[in-house]
Amino acid sequence: MSSAQTPLHKVQGMGSSHSGTTHFWHERVTAVALIPLSLWFLYVMLGLAGTSEVTALQYLAHPLNALLMGAFVCFSLWHAYLGLQVVVDDYVHTAGAKIFLLLLIRFSIIATGATCLFAIVRIAAL
Amino acid sequence: MADHPQKSGAHARPLSPHLTIYRWPVTMMTSITHRVTGTGLSVGVVVLAWWLVCISNGPEGWQSFHAIWDTPIGLLVLFGLTWSLIFHFLNGVRHLAWDLGYGFPKQTAERNSVIIFALSILGALAVFVAVWTGHGGYLQ
Repeated sequence: MSSAQTPLHKVQGMGSSHSGTTHFWHERVTAVALIPLSLWFLYVMLGLAGTSEVTALQYLAHPLNALLMGAFVCFSLWHAYLGLQVVVDDYVHTAGAKIFLLLLIRFSIIATGATCLFAIVRIAAL
Repeated sequence: MADHPQKSGAHARPLSPHLTIYRWPVTMMTSITHRVTGTGLSVGVVVLAWWLVCISNGPEGWQSFHAIWDTPIGLLVLFGLTWSLIFHFLNGVRHLAWDLGYGFPKQTAERNSVIIFALSILGALAVFVAVWTGHGGYLQ
């Protein structure tokens, strides 16, 4: 073997994925966080259905509700990125298309998250 | 699950048969539905962003959102997202239970798959029936 890598470096590199169980673990942590947040989200959607924009504005402008909506958006998008990454890994087998799709997904998710958070802050400031 | 995960060419090796040849057990249905609903919900967050931006734009924004989503096609999509959220929630809880080592026996897994399909459809219907019968909007 002409590799310059020490056995420790090989172990720390964790193979071709360059990570160990981080992806799996983050998927689970975000899933657990989304259990109460999703229930709250369904409660809010049902509670605001058929009301006016004044009701929605007043409800979402409350600091606690703004924070919960922000947390729901952030954990949802983080969880979505981890899940979509697995979908791409499973079905896209050429390196170029894979990198392109993963970047597209990552940028779309950051743009969606930034838009949501800006709107939430704007509602709270109205 | 791609058609040809291997490189094609003169030295392509035969693949063992998979998706196309097996009878679809209900556990396979829930597994694939989990992935499909997850992908759908990722797009659903874009609808949520749309909704939040419209609310932040005041009455005109609220009306512009309703003009598009309070239509038969819009409501059909929203029903799909509601069902997806409930299904992904229930099956996600089952995934966490699997991580802890529960729910693996064949009969249990099959029974839970049927229960999750039934509960998610009933749950989504319950949400829409609640709104149509005037049981929504309690935050007013």
